[in-house]
Amino acid sequence: MNNDKLIIGGHEFNSRFILGSGKYSMKLIEAAVKDAGAEIITLAVRRANTKEQESILDFIPEGITLLPNTSGARNAEEAVRIARLARELGCGNFVKIEIMRDSKYLLPDNQETVKATDILANEGFVVMPYMYPDLNVARDLVNAGAASVMPLASPIGSNKGLATKEFIQILIDEIDLPIIVDAGIGRPSQACEAMEMGAAAIMANTALATAGDLPMMAAAFKNAIEAGRKAYLAGLGRVLTRGASASDPLTGFLRD
Amino acid sequence: MVKINGEELNIAGKTVAEYLATTNYDPKRIAVERNGDIVPKAQYSETVLKDGDSLEIVSFAGGG
Repeated sequence: MNNDKLIIGGHEFNSRFILGSGKYSMKLIEAAVKDAGAEIITLAVRRANTKEQESILDFIPEGITLLPNTSGARNAEEAVRIARLARELGCGNFVKIEIMRDSKYLLPDNQETVKATDILANEGFVVMPYMYPDLNVARDLVNAGAASVMPLASPIGSNKGLATKEFIQILIDEIDLPIIVDAGIGRPSQACEAMEMGAAAIMANTALATAGDLPMMAAAFKNAIEAGRKAYLAGLGRVLTRGASASDPLTGFLRD
Repeated sequence: MVKINGEELNIAGKTVAEYLATTNYDPKRIAVERNGDIVPKAQYSETVLKDGDSLEIVSFAGGG
């Protein structure tokens, strides 16, 4: 397991848990990162507030890779602008592309996401596009220079789990980039299941932000993700289509 | 007038650096975009704001 690295755009990570930083107190970030064992944390880019002196960056432990998202972008052009601003903020060249046209379901616009991926990959960004799990689009993202593909499990913030399971499995089977399940994962068991399927990593925010004890839930996710990864590497046992198969010897019964 | 994060301010003629000095922004924690193009930090003191310019000043916030 020690050699089992997650590689994104040539960067190696030991953790397969990408942590969100939204919807909870900045004061909990350090404990969340520690208990999650996370090495990557997502951030949003917003208009700066002149009144607030505290910066979220002061709450993120040293050595953690920052993954700014382009939330708020409604098309590729806006996503590109936000990504460039994020890079100008001076915290690396990773970007999670997030482009949404509606505010009810918050579903990603796959076509605009491919366009933005193409532009930003050409500008040297490590591009991690959030997308609706569609094999053709995933292939377009690969060709556009994505460093990973981030399909949604169910609508953002819903905690509903792997609603798109079959289609994520297709991406895992067919796409030669890390498939990172993003959005909708609500429970550690769902994260574990996605990892058993062969997902490369899990991104979660709301599942933690709305949990009773955030750092404890971060630890639960960490364990679940590690268990699922080990199960995937071990190779799951087969499932019988019908009947049963004894686990005990079929000889030596205490009878004549 | 110059638009800063959506607010019209009477600061045409000032440089970006001069404007920032009148605010509480931490220059290390912000990025500036003028009329859709990034203004690199090294150019804050030579970028003069013109009437009709639109600036976005951004920083990181919590997000997924």
